[in-house]
Amino acid sequence: MNTEKIHYNINFIAGLIIISLVLFFVTAGIFYTPYDPNEMNGAIKNMTPDFAHPFGTDNFGRDILSRVMSGAGTTFIVALSTVAIGAVMGTLIGAVTGYYGGFIDEILMRVNDGLTSFPSILLALVFVSIIGPGKYNVILALGIIFIPSFARVVRSEYITLKQMDFVKNAKLMGAGDFRIMFVHILPNTKLILLSSVTIGFNNAVLAEAGMSYLQLGVQPPDASLGRMLSEAQAYLFNAPWCALAPGLMIVLTVLGFSLLNER
Amino acid sequence: MKYFIRKLSSLILTLLLVSIFLFISFQVIPGDSAAASLGTSATKETVEALREELGLNRNVFVRYFSWLGNALCGDFGISAQYNMPVSLLLKERMPVTLWLAVLSIALIIIISIPLGIQSAKKEGGVSDRVITFLTHTAMAVPPFFLGIIITLVFGLILKWFIPGRYISYSENPGQFLGYMIFPAIAIAIPKTAMTIKFLRSSVIRQLKLDYVRTARSKGNQENVILYRHVLKNAFIPVITFIAMVIADVLAGSIIIEQLFSLPGMGRMLVTAISNRDFSVVQAIVIYIAAVVVVINFLVDIIYRCIDPRVRV
Repeated sequence: MNTEKIHYNINFIAGLIIISLVLFFVTAGIFYTPYDPNEMNGAIKNMTPDFAHPFGTDNFGRDILSRVMSGAGTTFIVALSTVAIGAVMGTLIGAVTGYYGGFIDEILMRVNDGLTSFPSILLALVFVSIIGPGKYNVILALGIIFIPSFARVVRSEYITLKQMDFVKNAKLMGAGDFRIMFVHILPNTKLILLSSVTIGFNNAVLAEAGMSYLQLGVQPPDASLGRMLSEAQAYLFNAPWCALAPGLMIVLTVLGFSLLNER
Repeated sequence: MKYFIRKLSSLILTLLLVSIFLFISFQVIPGDSAAASLGTSATKETVEALREELGLNRNVFVRYFSWLGNALCGDFGISAQYNMPVSLLLKERMPVTLWLAVLSIALIIIISIPLGIQSAKKEGGVSDRVITFLTHTAMAVPPFFLGIIITLVFGLILKWFIPGRYISYSENPGQFLGYMIFPAIAIAIPKTAMTIKFLRSSVIRQLKLDYVRTARSKGNQENVILYRHVLKNAFIPVITFIAMVIADVLAGSIIIEQLFSLPGMGRMLVTAISNRDFSVVQAIVIYIAAVVVVINFLVDIIYRCIDPRVRV
């Protein structure tokens, strides 16, 4: 029992440290990057990492550090918006279906089961082929795709919680359905929602990077981690650092959040 | 038998729904395959004529049912981009994707089962800690980044394979496998990590149950308990998990095929999307959907056979 607790703490602390570093790096990137991430300079093509360019430069002479900072920012914005859409809509749908049950619940859950059994990248590709590539379209596509997983989690919480005494109490005191759902029950789901949000965020980072890698996600001139990886692949032998920096950024982000979530 | 029929009808229903949803969503987009295949220089009359020829002027329902009827006979229409029957294109590319999936899943199973068991057996021990740390890290690495690292290390530095030079099975089976194993590893590693984690927690959960204590008190050795009693039960949820992994492997191959320039279905899907070649997109999505649904169906049936308690 004791060792388990220490183990949990180590995971949690390691995750916290990684995430703080990553977040610091990304927030700093919003306000300041050492160079303009899109500035090209033919004189310093494919430079190995040194003092002036800690992560080196790419085939167009762009500073990799600056590009990773702004690219990670784009990836984070896409992932955050995606999770926001998924969590808000998913919570609404989960709350209503879980609380009322019945016919609508049955239909929505069948649709949910159908959607969740398909790999999210495939669904996202179908969406993007319909509405076209681009940052906002990817947010929309991934956001919609993430709704079912949140809805399922919230629904099952509501089904258990609606039978609790505090809900009966609130009903006796004359609280309306809407008030019970969102003022009384919702705060009790915050722990499980929090862990769904971190898992969702990780999946969104991976999905965005994958879509941008296929050049169907974020479009230039916006830098994005996935896009950087696909561009770096052509110069892999001469400039491997172009691929390592954005790749490691993705790995650290996902690793950090999954360690935080470990219990 | 009743269970079987119910599951089978829900399988068919799901597939029908997916096809209707897909068909309708591709109707909503502006610009159809007639306009796409003729390009921007086409006049209104020629586009109209081609639309007439392809039957795009008819009612949506009529078109859906004729498409469905043809699809059931294996005819998915003509690809606008290659000007070839989609079914022929699929037939060429399917084996590559299937080989990739089979190799990846074989790797996942071969690696994850012994490691997962080992990790659970000595819960909290050194090997467990090491495995847990490695699985955490491996799960965080996206397959396409792994693919790039593998290309760099094994392709460019060690020169074990030539990146981008795919050798087909009919050309040279040995070299084909020698090339395919690298993309398969890139797909397999993150999924292996997930399977190890899942198997580990499943075994640990079983080890805490009463029947294990009973078996111990009867004087059975730990290994006998583990291999004769616990694993049988611990594998049941793992089967469902592996079914999910198969779906993910198919999806993961979309990106990996692009990375290793494998002429498979995933790569065709990506080019079809960029070129707005919708008959190909439709066919591939339906195909993957069918594979996913059929695997889920098989798992439900297997589940029922190995665990008679399941009465869903």
